[in-house]
Amino acid sequence: MMDQLLFASEVFINGLMTGVMYSLVALGFVLIYKASGVFNYAQGVLALFAALTLVGIMEGQIPFAHLINAVFGTHLSHFGWTVPAVLAIILTAGVMVILAILIEKLVLKHLVGQEPIILFMATIGLAYFLEGVGDVMWGADIKTLDVGLPQGISDAVEQTTANWFGYGFFIDRLDIWATIIAALLVAALVAFSQYTKQGRAMRAVADDHQAALSVGISLQFIWIMVWSIAGFVALVAGIMWGTKSGVQFSLSLIALKALPVLMLGGFTSIPGAIVGGLIIGVGEKLFEFFVGPMVGGATENWFAYVLALIFLVFRPQGLFGERIIERV
Amino acid sequence: MFYREAGDFKTTYRDDGQTFPIKLDRLGYYAILFVAALVIPFIINDYWANAILLPFLIYAVAAIGLNILVGYAGQVSLGTGGFMAVGAYSVYKLMTAFPDVSIIIHILLAGGMTALVGIAFGLPSLRIKGFYLAVATLAAQFFLVWLFNKVPWFYNYSASGQINSPERTVLGWAVTGPAASPSAKYIICLLFVIFAAWVARNLTRGTYGRKWMAIRDMDIAAEIIGVNPLSAKLSAFGVSSFFVGIAGALLFAVYLGAAEVTEAFGINKSFLVLFMVIIGGLGSIFGSFAGAAFLVILPVFLKNVLVGTLGWPTDLAAHFELMIVGALIIFFLIVEPHGLARLWRLVKEKLRLWPFPH
Repeated sequence: MMDQLLFASEVFINGLMTGVMYSLVALGFVLIYKASGVFNYAQGVLALFAALTLVGIMEGQIPFAHLINAVFGTHLSHFGWTVPAVLAIILTAGVMVILAILIEKLVLKHLVGQEPIILFMATIGLAYFLEGVGDVMWGADIKTLDVGLPQGISDAVEQTTANWFGYGFFIDRLDIWATIIAALLVAALVAFSQYTKQGRAMRAVADDHQAALSVGISLQFIWIMVWSIAGFVALVAGIMWGTKSGVQFSLSLIALKALPVLMLGGFTSIPGAIVGGLIIGVGEKLFEFFVGPMVGGATENWFAYVLALIFLVFRPQGLFGERIIERV
Repeated sequence: MFYREAGDFKTTYRDDGQTFPIKLDRLGYYAILFVAALVIPFIINDYWANAILLPFLIYAVAAIGLNILVGYAGQVSLGTGGFMAVGAYSVYKLMTAFPDVSIIIHILLAGGMTALVGIAFGLPSLRIKGFYLAVATLAAQFFLVWLFNKVPWFYNYSASGQINSPERTVLGWAVTGPAASPSAKYIICLLFVIFAAWVARNLTRGTYGRKWMAIRDMDIAAEIIGVNPLSAKLSAFGVSSFFVGIAGALLFAVYLGAAEVTEAFGINKSFLVLFMVIIGGLGSIFGSFAGAAFLVILPVFLKNVLVGTLGWPTDLAAHFELMIVGALIIFFLIVEPHGLARLWRLVKEKLRLWPFPH
């Protein structure tokens, strides 16, 4: 019995860690949704794109090498240098800003005032496009990403828990780091939106586009800024997930994991994204642990969705979401 | 000049309300039906059937189904892949359990089965809407695919986890299994496409179509003027899933012959059919055909040009396809939200007035 309980609590803690990773992706969604009412399906692909770019820059890959080779019959692949991780991260952040500007100029500007669902579908198109661009630019093979974050089972935790309970908890050091970084990121985001001028402008736009425009806030600038921040959050998420499971197409599917998190937490709430992420992370790990063996396992694929679906029937706006009031 | 209603007098309401009020349209429609039913089956070969015609017809049924839900009733669904899987697995279970019953009945029953599942997953639409609902339908997608993957009863405990369609005949002609000829497969798909288009067209211009469109345009206002949202939304989910289920059954039994659920009915299928509806035109039966044709032909075309003519590697061509499809989605949403159907309508408007601009 004691073993079971300890094992379950290990599962619980690992669920919390996974939940943090989900929250990290969900954060990007919330930021964009709050400031522009766009539900950005492409967030996961943004993370993939960021991770691909980061690996590409670090390894000195030539962008579009595959395409250039196909057209001109050359055999290019690498510049022959490597870039240190910190510099590469800064450069990738720059690329994400350029991407944000392009998205605003080419897509969002033309869709102002459309229904949210149209914008949602546009971001699905954007996701496909970016996925194609990322693959053409950097190649579709699975890449390993190593920016120097510690990985593997944490010995310290295992030792300590073994001394306390007589049972060593297996916890990945990367997960611990991800938790710390996510906490820092959230703190930074909250500080940014509370204490800076741009942050206040962002919240003003989120509250009321029209009013914000009339007091002289540039919508265009705010949107570019928000998408840049979302791109940066995607970069952080991409680094975490990319280090954990390699940079490959499946990385973009974490967006699909973040969707139920958002539904549960509410689309407009940063605390909602975090709490929702933790609930889903713990919930799906515990469900897999207790119920999974009875029904054949791999319940993680759908548990989050079904949980969110059932929850929404009772509280359509999510845990922390704003109440939707409609008038004819 | 050639294409106008002048001189084409209508003396009854029945004539006035027909699907193709212009004579040339009507004749064109009959001509297409004639070619599709009586010419193509004799000249069809394996390549044309498998690369273009069969997927076009099958996806057209799916697109009609999804268009009813998204285009007419305004309920965005991302669960199409899952519902297609329900159709495929229902028809498989029926085919193996009742080998003596005609496959046409099996396919219709599979559609009915899918309709029930669709209604069940449509229930949350009464509380939630917009992209909350779109995301909620993903629950159907993931749960159904998982179910068919994990419960051996659905694939008759086969070792590979695949389902294979056994040979079944209609009027002595094999339409499924390896012995089926391209023209037999083609005709059975054509039959269901005509059936789907005819039912959908008549449903959408009748009472139910009006209810769906009222719900789509403003659900609260629709409720005030006496549309029951429960019956309107659930009927949209039911009818839509019925067609999607038929498409899934055809896709598995007639076209693929063997299927593995995660591969054949994954989330990409959902997006593919949704894209067909968007590119073709929301709320238009013709648009469903146009969108299906476009997205079936585009990869074949790109492959022929990029790989065949330019000699690029296939993976590069596949990535270009993603880019082009993505860009097209955005393009259509920005420039022409009503899709190819709207472009076609504009061409017709122009033709009616030609050669005079007014």
